[in-house]
Amino acid sequence: MRKPFLAFICLMGLAMPLAISSPALAVNPDEMLSNPVLEERARDISQELRCLVCQNQSIDDSDAELAHDLRVLVRERLVAGDTNEEVIDYIVARYGDYVLLNPPLKPETYVLWASPIVLAILALLAVAAFYRRKQREAAAKPDTLSSDEETRLNEILGKSENGGSK
Amino acid sequence: MRLSLAIIPLVLFAALAGVFLLNIDKDSSVVPSVLIDKPAPDFSLPPLPGADKGLSRADLTKGEVSVLNVFASWCIPCRAEHPLIKRMSREAGVPIYGLNYKEKDPQDGVKWLEELGNPYQAVGMDLSGRTGIDFGVYGVPETFIIDGQGNIKYKHVGPISTEVLENVLLPKIAELKG
Repeated sequence: MRKPFLAFICLMGLAMPLAISSPALAVNPDEMLSNPVLEERARDISQELRCLVCQNQSIDDSDAELAHDLRVLVRERLVAGDTNEEVIDYIVARYGDYVLLNPPLKPETYVLWASPIVLAILALLAVAAFYRRKQREAAAKPDTLSSDEETRLNEILGKSENGGSK
Repeated sequence: MRLSLAIIPLVLFAALAGVFLLNIDKDSSVVPSVLIDKPAPDFSLPPLPGADKGLSRADLTKGEVSVLNVFASWCIPCRAEHPLIKRMSREAGVPIYGLNYKEKDPQDGVKWLEELGNPYQAVGMDLSGRTGIDFGVYGVPETFIIDGQGNIKYKHVGPISTEVLENVLLPKIAELKG
């Protein structure tokens, strides 16, 4: 009667860390919204926004004071009824495209976005040219051995001129 | 044909070296402000305890060039640049306003100015940091030059050095004054 209950408690104990653990967060519990849908959206937005103090972290990851302020601001805008885009535009209006961890596609960033594609095409062309040349070189060479090559091959194989063993 | 192929790596290297050379003096941590040539955001901040005047956008739109300096008592570089802010207030001939950014205690800003001197025409107290965010502030100290119509014309991030004051800020102010 008691054993199954004990086992249940043990299982619960094992499962507990799994249930409550989440990835290490900079987001403090007191920042979080009680509405899980809005909180989820806030997390999504925060992961897109760069912390300007540390620069290579999102405000979702950063412990900087400004990141905290921006997280709170993002949540305030969401509660006020902004869409995700409106929240992001609000921050971009103050800090510029630089706060976006994903740079937007616009004339200033065409080079940035096009360069990987251009480089990949160039690389493919170079590889194609390399193999084409190899093929051409192979085609240009005769299939049979020259007499010099034949002599040398026979030497290596230990064969005498007349074909028999020594 | 062969020779031109051999030159390609050399050309690429030279181009890359050129790009690096052009950027060698650039501080990559400085983020260009999007607010340049835009109107300063609307704001209204309370005064420091004991002062009678706070700071609002109306102060920046009086038809006179002005400077807005973002500072905080907890900010060590602010302490370093403070003598230069005082010098600017004597030499620039324009009002300098202070935005006291995110003090833990309102008295901290008061004590700081009592200790180091107060070059500011008026100081607004931004305890929440919200006005700072509206100005795109990400690291104090920051210094904005604002034209008479309240448009942000220049922003300097980080402490002002003598060189920056003499070679950048004072000439910029003089140019805007016309």
